[in-house]
Amino acid sequence: MNTATKTPARNTKVMNRFDLTSRLVAKLKNEEAVVGGIGNTNFDLWAAGHRPQNFYMLGSMGLAFPIALGVALAQPKRRVFALEGDGSLLMQLGSLSTIATLAPKNLTMVVMDNGIYQITGAQPTPAAAASDLVTIAVASGLPNSSWAADEDDFERLIDQSLTSEGPTLIGVRIDDKPGTGTTRRDPVQIRERFMLGLGVRQPL
Amino acid sequence: MALAEDQSSLKGAAEKSWHGIVLQTLKRNEVSLVPYVPDRVLTPLIKNLHADPFFTTFPTAREEEAVGIVSGAWMAGARGAVLMQTSGFATLANVLASLAIPYQIPVIMFVSERGTLGEFNYGQTLVCRTMRPVLDSLAMEHHTATRLDEFEFIVDRSIKQAVATQAPVALILSPLLTGGKVFDK
Repeated sequence: MNTATKTPARNTKVMNRFDLTSRLVAKLKNEEAVVGGIGNTNFDLWAAGHRPQNFYMLGSMGLAFPIALGVALAQPKRRVFALEGDGSLLMQLGSLSTIATLAPKNLTMVVMDNGIYQITGAQPTPAAAASDLVTIAVASGLPNSSWAADEDDFERLIDQSLTSEGPTLIGVRIDDKPGTGTTRRDPVQIRERFMLGLGVRQPL
Repeated sequence: MALAEDQSSLKGAAEKSWHGIVLQTLKRNEVSLVPYVPDRVLTPLIKNLHADPFFTTFPTAREEEAVGIVSGAWMAGARGAVLMQTSGFATLANVLASLAIPYQIPVIMFVSERGTLGEFNYGQTLVCRTMRPVLDSLAMEHHTATRLDEFEFIVDRSIKQAVATQAPVALILSPLLTGGKVFDK
C-alpha cells in the first residue's frame, strides 16, 4: 500500500501504529500530555492504556498539532506529544508554519504515515505517491524533523526531543492495519479528565 | 502642555474606541492568547495586541487552526480568543460542531463583519448570509455589536458567560461599530 516509497527520504521501515504508540506511552514518566488525532491515531492511544494526560479527538480532522500547540504554550514546563495521521496533517499543513514560528521546545509531533485514509476504506491520500511530509515540515521551518528508520530509531528520536531547543517532528511509516481499540466517545469526560490530568481542575 | 493634553486625549480616545475596549476587556478577563487570521478592520486591534506584552498574539494559516490552539490552551489553563472576518467564520462549522461544543470549550470569537452595509464584494455578501444561520443551527450564543456605548458590556458579559457555562461565543463586529471596509480602502 505504501506507494510513496518512491520519494527518496521516505524509504524507512514500515512499522505499526499501535506498537509505536505503546513504546511512546511506556516512556512517559512525568505526566506528559499526549494529544491523539482522529480515528486510528487516538484509538491506538486509547488501546495503549488510558492516562489522565491523554486527549482524544473525535472530529476536527487535522487539529491534533494545533491543540497540542495550545497545550504547549499554556504549560511550557510540561512535555506535550501530538500524534497525527498523514491524511489529517494534509488538512492543516499551515499549522507547521505556525509551530515553526512560535517554536515551543516542549512539543514533539509524530506523523503516522501509511499513505492511506485507512478508516474510510484505505484510499490513497493525494500525497501518497508524490509528497514527503518530513521534507514539507523541514521546509515549513521545522529543521528538527526526520523519518524514524525503525523502532529503535523512533525511541531514540523521542528521547532526543525531550532536550531539544525547538519543536521536534518525527515521521514514521506505518502499515495499513486499523486501530487496536476504540476510544469511548464521551467528549465531556475526555476533556474534563484531561484538565484534571493537567492540574487545571480539581475533582468535584 | 498642549502636546501632553493632546496625547492624553488621544489615549482616552483609544480606550473608548471599539478596539481599545476589546483589548482592555480581554485583559481584565485574563484572556491572553489571541491567534488570528487578519482583516483590514481588525488592523488597529491586532497592532495594539502585538504591542502589549500581556498578550501572546500571532497569525495562523486558517481559522480552525486558531480554534484548535485556543481549545488546547483552555484545557491547559490559559484563556484565548480568536479574531477573524466573516469568510473565516464560514470555515468553522466542523470544528465548532466536533470540538468546541461537544467538549464544552469556551472559544471566544470576534468576527469582523464583512458582506453588509456597503459591501463591494459579491462573494462576501453571500458568505455573510451563512454566518447567523450556522450559529443558530448550532444554538450558539452570538451577539452583533453595533454601538460603542453597549460594546464593553457585551464583550465583558459574553466572555464571563462563555467561561462560566463552558460554551463558545461569537461576537460579530458590525460596520456600524467599526466603520467596516469600504471600496476606496
